[in-house]
Amino acid sequence: MNLLSLLGILSSAIYSGTSLLYTALGEVIHERAGMVNLGLEGVLLVSAASGFAITVQSGNPYLGVLVSVIAGALLNMVFGYLTVIRKANQLASGLAIMFFGFGLSALIGNPYVGKSIHALPRFELPGLAHLPTLTASLFRFDLLIFLVIPTAVIVWFLLFRTRWGLGLRAVGENANIAYASGRNPLLIQFQALLVGGMLAGLGAAHIAIAYAMNWTEYMTGGRGFIAVALVIFSRWHPIRAIVGALLFSASVAVQLVLQNSGINISPFLLDCFPYIITLLVLIAWGGTKKQQAPASLGRVFQGTK
Amino acid sequence: MIKQNDTIKNKTIILPGEVYTLLHYLTMVALSFVLFGIILFIIGKDPIQSYRDIFSSTLGSAYGLSEVIVSMTPILLTGLAVALPSRIMLINVGAEGQLYIGAAFATWGALTFQNLPAWMLIPIMIVLGMLGGALWALLPAYLKSIGLVNETITSLLLNSVAPKIIGFLVFGFWHSAMETNKTPRFVEAARLPTFLGTRISWGIVIGLVLLTAFWLLMQYSRWGLEMKAIGGNPQAALRNGIPLKTYILVVFCAGGAIAGLAGMVQASGYYGLLLTNFSIGWGFMGFLISWLVGGDPLGIIIMSFLVSLIFSGGNLLQITSGVPYSIINILLALTLFVVLAQPTLSRGKRT
Repeated sequence: MNLLSLLGILSSAIYSGTSLLYTALGEVIHERAGMVNLGLEGVLLVSAASGFAITVQSGNPYLGVLVSVIAGALLNMVFGYLTVIRKANQLASGLAIMFFGFGLSALIGNPYVGKSIHALPRFELPGLAHLPTLTASLFRFDLLIFLVIPTAVIVWFLLFRTRWGLGLRAVGENANIAYASGRNPLLIQFQALLVGGMLAGLGAAHIAIAYAMNWTEYMTGGRGFIAVALVIFSRWHPIRAIVGALLFSASVAVQLVLQNSGINISPFLLDCFPYIITLLVLIAWGGTKKQQAPASLGRVFQGTK
Repeated sequence: MIKQNDTIKNKTIILPGEVYTLLHYLTMVALSFVLFGIILFIIGKDPIQSYRDIFSSTLGSAYGLSEVIVSMTPILLTGLAVALPSRIMLINVGAEGQLYIGAAFATWGALTFQNLPAWMLIPIMIVLGMLGGALWALLPAYLKSIGLVNETITSLLLNSVAPKIIGFLVFGFWHSAMETNKTPRFVEAARLPTFLGTRISWGIVIGLVLLTAFWLLMQYSRWGLEMKAIGGNPQAALRNGIPLKTYILVVFCAGGAIAGLAGMVQASGYYGLLLTNFSIGWGFMGFLISWLVGGDPLGIIIMSFLVSLIFSGGNLLQITSGVPYSIINILLALTLFVVLAQPTLSRGKRT
């Protein structure tokens, strides 16, 4: 176990954690506005497939990222139409979106199976020029990785330091009171879904265009659900979500470390670890008033008749 | 356009309520078929021919129909696993995980008691499967009953853990000599018997019996009455001496047990072995089905038949038209969308 392999593990954790964090940040915004979107898995798949398809067609990965973002936002608008306009149940609508995503992404991605792309270009971390080439090469990241932490800070700022964020959280706590105090819950929920869908699109773009660099059916492998778990772990807070993303992606890294040092633990059990921590977090903070789930999470605002 | 016509019909023609509901459902399903037809047309397939193939292959032959019933079996059970707790306002999103653990418990039984005759082994596996599912539901139920954490969140989280435990067991201990992601084939005594020449197992009979029992329970028993009281107003029910905590624990775990049974039925009746990641979202599908029909037993049967019809048709679409199998999910989702978008059925008020 030398320094180089440790750094390699860290580097791979950063690569796999980035898409998780983007997706989770999007879900933090939805859930703060009182919406549980279980359709994230479908949103991710459709965004990844369309972004990848455009990258193959145009040869420009940044155009692919843009299309991913648009696709994520559009699919979330469908979710918004069902839950916000038509007042449908959020869990059921989310699952319907998930199945829709399974199908639509297979349809979009089918012609592009096995195609190769120009991935998002990678840049060296500034200030690492003096390191050996091999070490430095582990820290060549693409633009989306460099932007993920700033994005988390921006989401935190938007939610907790702006009037818009205050209104959004008010809707998530009690849409009727927010409505009575002159805000429009329907508009705010749509805005939350729009921003959240765009962030999920960024996450999906990172999976398809920067990380895996190919398209296969169901390639997101449950990341949508991991993101929902991560939001619960971070207790609906964007900054804590950074820690959560590292925890959830580090389990892969830890496996490699343990294998290298000859300790034999089933990788499947290690994969369970973050979820068990999340359950413990839920139990530890459950029942206390400190940073609970948004009060009307999952409830549909029926409007005022 | 169709929606406008619908509302006009609602106002001008007076139909008996049930006929109207039926027509309403049929219109919605037709609408989703038209939408999917447009998609098929865009990708260069002949929609009319595709639909003709789908229906002739599923409803047109005894074999096709039997395959629809085969794929209906697990979602009938998971639908019930969600419907039962929903009667006391508990949301079980965890049927997927409970199904996995049920299958694992039943598999342990099948591998351990190989030498028992079928009439002993099958009941043992059924009990083990139900026990596994119930255990997986116990934590969410307990945390809910003491008022600590919402059962929706915990049951959802546990969904992600269950397949990993199956992976651990199969890769680590149970895998066959040839393939590491599968157990060896179960002995004949551990297989749920199937009906003459088809792949329909006794699982569908068990499912229908349980649904009938559920209906009778809700309709005629004291428990059903008390569950209705809890569903109406839990606090009032508690004040009237109904043991709310016990009901939460028992009913939620019973839901888990039924989902676990679905896992046992799939492992024993359908695959005849346990493989990793074997469920294609049956637990989630059960949630959707139960929710769409408001937990009504007859509705669960009809809806799971319809969903299975769509899925079996998708299999054929792949063979004859060369499109990926999963695009049939689009047709399924479109059907769900048009049903979900109906405010009268989703019990919401319009603004």
